[in-house]
Amino acid sequence: MGSIMDYLYFPGCTLYTKAKNLDQTARNCSLLLGFELKELPNWTCCGATFPLATDNIMALLPPSRILARARQEGTTLTTLCAICFNVIKRTNRLIQNDGEKREKINNFIEMNYQGDLRVLHYLEILKQEIGFPQIKERVRKPLAGLKAAAYYGCMLLRPFDEMGFDDKERPTLFEEFLEAMGAEPVDFPYKIECCGSFQSVGSPEVATECGYKILGSAIKNGAEVVVSTCPMCTFNIDHKQSDIKQKYLDFKSIPVLYFTQLLGMAMGLDYQTLGFEQNFVDPLPLLKEKGFI
Amino acid sequence: MKIELTRQKVHNEFAKKVELISGQNLFACYQCGNCTAGCPVAFAMEVGPHEVIRYTLLGLEEEALGVNTFWLCASCLQCTSRCPKGIDIARVMDALRMVILRKKDRKDHIQISEFQEGFLERVPQIAFISGFRKFLS
Repeated sequence: MGSIMDYLYFPGCTLYTKAKNLDQTARNCSLLLGFELKELPNWTCCGATFPLATDNIMALLPPSRILARARQEGTTLTTLCAICFNVIKRTNRLIQNDGEKREKINNFIEMNYQGDLRVLHYLEILKQEIGFPQIKERVRKPLAGLKAAAYYGCMLLRPFDEMGFDDKERPTLFEEFLEAMGAEPVDFPYKIECCGSFQSVGSPEVATECGYKILGSAIKNGAEVVVSTCPMCTFNIDHKQSDIKQKYLDFKSIPVLYFTQLLGMAMGLDYQTLGFEQNFVDPLPLLKEKGFI
Repeated sequence: MKIELTRQKVHNEFAKKVELISGQNLFACYQCGNCTAGCPVAFAMEVGPHEVIRYTLLGLEEEALGVNTFWLCASCLQCTSRCPKGIDIARVMDALRMVILRKKDRKDHIQISEFQEGFLERVPQIAFISGFRKFLS
């Protein structure tokens, strides 16, 4: 398969540390699918929140700078982390639509960016640019019989009119992806609920409760594994399972995987390159039981 | 809670300030409670988001700023997404935080020095960065 095109790639802070498994698997999968993630040179933090106070221009500067620099390198920017995606995409839209703020931002960062970059999540590239049927053809080891719960969280979907990712209440894109891998998507009511996000810093016990409800709902609906796109969600629903267990003694842990780990596994990458050692709940017993590794 | 309404309270500047920071028309709220019903952290809130909006509209600044509601908001935008009147409620919650964090005495909501040992190593930086933006002045 020849090169479809290369995409500018903004990894974001956590993909270089606690979520290396997301970063690395995505890069490797891209190569198998015939495109390359071209990492932005000199990227900075996106700020990790889109400022909701309308007068907070300062917080728009980091994502604006990322966008402006990316535009010098190409036309399409992709991210994996749902929060980075949300912040960068919303900032891009704001620069497109708000002339006054655009001028202020450009004056401050001393660049001239007009908002003419396409910002796509990696899943969107898989669906729109490559196509799920085409990916299905590349699957070497279908994840047959794996009951996987697609957990969207908030940032991919909301606000709907700005993100335009999928239906805001009943999204299906992620399930379609899992089907292409040969897995059995499990529908569960908490798939678009918040994981507690940064409350894991402000009120950790509240985030623990959010994680418990999401996982409990997935398990109740038959999930064997929960699939995530976001290092923030993954911390709250994977790493915080130790906190959940402390509070709810009968809670049975469930592995949480990044969607790119599943993609890599289905496309036949060696499981030892998929970074499972960074997942808090060890998925290997389940994957062995299913005969995938 | 006993609430006393006076003409002075209702016509004060507090609601206007919140409207200015959030860019939202609070007076559109008709108290349907959809925001609170869908809020994933409402279980831990002293009063729901719709009640804080009501306090604000009535000029009850002390009551509105005294509850934990907006500190617990995770900006997940479920309320915003479901508000039938199109109010971006997450922005209102952020504005309430900002009213406090921007005061002259700069009182932070969380104290970094009080983090337990191992917390900084365990939690990913993405949580700290967004958390600090929401909780520090």
